[in-house]
Amino acid sequence: MMLNQFLILSAFLFCTGAYGVLARKNAVLVLMSIELMINAVNMNLIAFSLRNDNVAGQVFALFAIAVAAAEVGVGLAIVLLIYRNRRNIDISDIAEMKG
Amino acid sequence: MLANMWVLPALMVAAFVIILFFGKKLPQGGWWVGQLAITACFVLSIVGGMQWQNTPRVAVVQHSVEGVVAGEGASAEGVTADTPAEGEVTAEARAVVGNKIAVARGYSIAAAEEEGPAMLRAPVRNITTWFTDGNVNVTVGTHVDGFALAMLFVVCFISFCVHVFSREYLRGDIRFTHYYASLALFTGAMLWMVQSATTLGLLFGWEMMGLCSFLLIGHWWEDQNNTNAALKAFFTTRTGDIGLLIGIIILFFASGQTFDIAKTNELALNGGISQSTLLLAAVCLFCGVVGKSAQFPLHTWLPDAMAGPTPASSLIHAATMVVAGVYLVGRMYGVFFKGFSIAAGGMNLGAWVGSITLVMAALLAFVQTDIKKVLAYSTVSQLGYMIMGLSVGSWAGALFHLFTHAFFKALLFQGAGSIAHSGSHHSFEMDRMGGLRKIMPWTFGTFTVGYLALCGLPPFSGFFSKDEILSHAKYNGFGFAFAAGSVGAFLTACYMTRVMYLTFFGENRLHLHLDEHDAHGHDAHAVAAGNDAHALGPHAPVHAVPAVALDDHAIQGVQGLQAVHGVAHVIDVAHDTEHEDHDSHEGPHESNWWILGPLVLLAIPAFMVGIAQWPFGGIPKFAFEHFTEDVVFEETILKTKPAFGAAKNMLVPFHWDVAIPSIGLALAGIAVSLAYYLGAKGNLGLVRRFAPARWIHNLLKNKYYLDHLWTEVIVGSIKGPIAATAYWINQNVLDGVVNTAGKGATAIGRFTYEVIDQKVVDGVVNGSGSIARESGGVLRLLQTGKVQNYAAVLLGFVGLIGLGLALFI
Repeated sequence: MMLNQFLILSAFLFCTGAYGVLARKNAVLVLMSIELMINAVNMNLIAFSLRNDNVAGQVFALFAIAVAAAEVGVGLAIVLLIYRNRRNIDISDIAEMKG
Repeated sequence: MLANMWVLPALMVAAFVIILFFGKKLPQGGWWVGQLAITACFVLSIVGGMQWQNTPRVAVVQHSVEGVVAGEGASAEGVTADTPAEGEVTAEARAVVGNKIAVARGYSIAAAEEEGPAMLRAPVRNITTWFTDGNVNVTVGTHVDGFALAMLFVVCFISFCVHVFSREYLRGDIRFTHYYASLALFTGAMLWMVQSATTLGLLFGWEMMGLCSFLLIGHWWEDQNNTNAALKAFFTTRTGDIGLLIGIIILFFASGQTFDIAKTNELALNGGISQSTLLLAAVCLFCGVVGKSAQFPLHTWLPDAMAGPTPASSLIHAATMVVAGVYLVGRMYGVFFKGFSIAAGGMNLGAWVGSITLVMAALLAFVQTDIKKVLAYSTVSQLGYMIMGLSVGSWAGALFHLFTHAFFKALLFQGAGSIAHSGSHHSFEMDRMGGLRKIMPWTFGTFTVGYLALCGLPPFSGFFSKDEILSHAKYNGFGFAFAAGSVGAFLTACYMTRVMYLTFFGENRLHLHLDEHDAHGHDAHAVAAGNDAHALGPHAPVHAVPAVALDDHAIQGVQGLQAVHGVAHVIDVAHDTEHEDHDSHEGPHESNWWILGPLVLLAIPAFMVGIAQWPFGGIPKFAFEHFTEDVVFEETILKTKPAFGAAKNMLVPFHWDVAIPSIGLALAGIAVSLAYYLGAKGNLGLVRRFAPARWIHNLLKNKYYLDHLWTEVIVGSIKGPIAATAYWINQNVLDGVVNTAGKGATAIGRFTYEVIDQKVVDGVVNGSGSIARESGGVLRLLQTGKVQNYAAVLLGFVGLIGLGLALFI
């Protein structure tokens, strides 16, 4: 059981995702980066599930995938709306939450 | 009824909801909903008081009958609580029933030792479980005893008057409806707090009042000052509430995970909680009291709170809000009694704070020109009296003072409101008043009652309560507190006389502000007249006693006037003033009966409620002591120290050696103040037409002629040197003493106000506010509105947490 390799891969994926979320301007790319992060976590869950011989981790991963699907649906809807209103999906221009 | 007194706050809250949501659609802004609710509460509180009178007294015994009554408790409760007036039941049977109730309600009673069981009434408790969390059963409910009933009565009565008064006072106000909604909630919160059986319920009412005071003080929030005052009141009391919360939590754990006040008191008194824990808890609770009841370091919000409408101030100062702190000490007295080691004598925290507050606030009252601010400082001072009284072991005395103070202070505030409403163009500045005695006779009469009660002159109510506190302070061995209380009595009489004089006597000065030109002419005239009067010949030899000297002085002034200008002149000026009032489009006039009604209603108890604690026996049935007795206190506190045993019925024997000096001090205060304003203060333009001086002059006419004869015939022969010396002594020594006393008090007051109050204490409070604002300014930079910045902060902190977990676990 090569736990380390799984963890290293997942850490790499997570960091890539985090970079994308923080640095990219394109809203679609940001959403994709979020997916990367979620999948990194899923990979961790499955790796530990295998190692501990416990199926709970895999069930969790399935849940996470389902939730991620819903989240992407909402996220893309938001992006679409932003595009319709502004003809532009550069999220560094958007500061509507400033309060 | 006694088990269901929660109906009162429920009614008020219902009124609040109705007014808030439907008030604007109801005729007349829905004010009558609040009025109806408070009237119902008032009637119910009286019914409750009568039922308490008819509740049988219980022999205080050890609870050995516990098993017998387990099943009967509920039915017995129903019998006595609801139908107390059953004629057939013999006294014995009642006592038995009552006894069972006491035990069935789990109210364990301290053992009566050799002197036999005392006969007392057990409080009526109605407790339900709010929620259960693990083993902790959080209860909420009512604990109705005489003390709570007395408070319910006061709150309902004052609030009733305030409701009536406000109808006229705030007629046509933009937020008339919301005002009445806040008023109803405010009253409801206080009604709930006074009968709450648990500290949690008490805290609930306490905080509700904080909210309502914020709403009422900031009622006219368009003005920035009012908003600031409201915020100040809210935050200052909140500062103290931190302590209150900690104290409640400490007591919760110390008394075995219960919020029950009676249980906590009992444990505290019979040694169930350690002394150090009690001290800590008492100090923490006291922080809350200091904030709420405006005691020394946190008193600054109360004078600022004058920004609210006057009837609301009246409610805040007399029946709710500031009273809550004193009530808390009274209610949790077991904790304070043991925590502060009151039985040991010697000054404790409460006595210090109370003493300092009462003297300091009284001094501050001297330099205020705003009549409401004088009254506000006077409230602070009187609250200091109550806290001091509680801390020197005068439980019943301090609470009686709370009771009497409520009536006369509400009266004074509403009197001030009446003046502003009708007499001074909505201004509270005293230099726009003066001479309102004749224009507003009803306001003047009722205000005078409140004034005499506040000064503590017999037979007005304030005398009896003040005297009890002072007696206790003296005979329980609190010398400093006694001294402070006496000085406070003197100062109170001084500054209240000043208010009376500037408001009701002399010449009306409203037109001085309406027509500046005319004013100057009149003033110059007055100064000239005053000087003339003083230049008149010496009547030196009569000035043996300072008090006499003062009176004579006044007479001299008037007489001089008459001699110089003739009597006709005085009448002339009076005509003049009247004329001007007619000219100015809206001169001072008497208020209508929506305002005068409450004043008269309040004047009655302010005058005569003192007899409820009549010290010479008699007045058995409705004596205040019936309302303040409490099983735990009677049995435990009184055994603690022999000196307290004298107060067997919580009624101190009347001590003439305390009463007479206190009366003397009050009279001296009035005299000094009058001397200060009547004396060489011609520049006020008042001295020439001071009617009581003329009245005294007439009253003492015989003496005057004697004096004249004496001066002319007997002393005439040896006039020259002796008379001149005596006159010199009079002018320089006696007057000097009086003037120095007056000036000294003013100077100290001004110093305290300007340096200590405004700079030091306010500085601390404002400093904490600006720290909050500055830190907010830094944090504001983080709010860029950019989602990626938020994500970065989020990730950063997650990373930190992960690092922490990796390193330390």
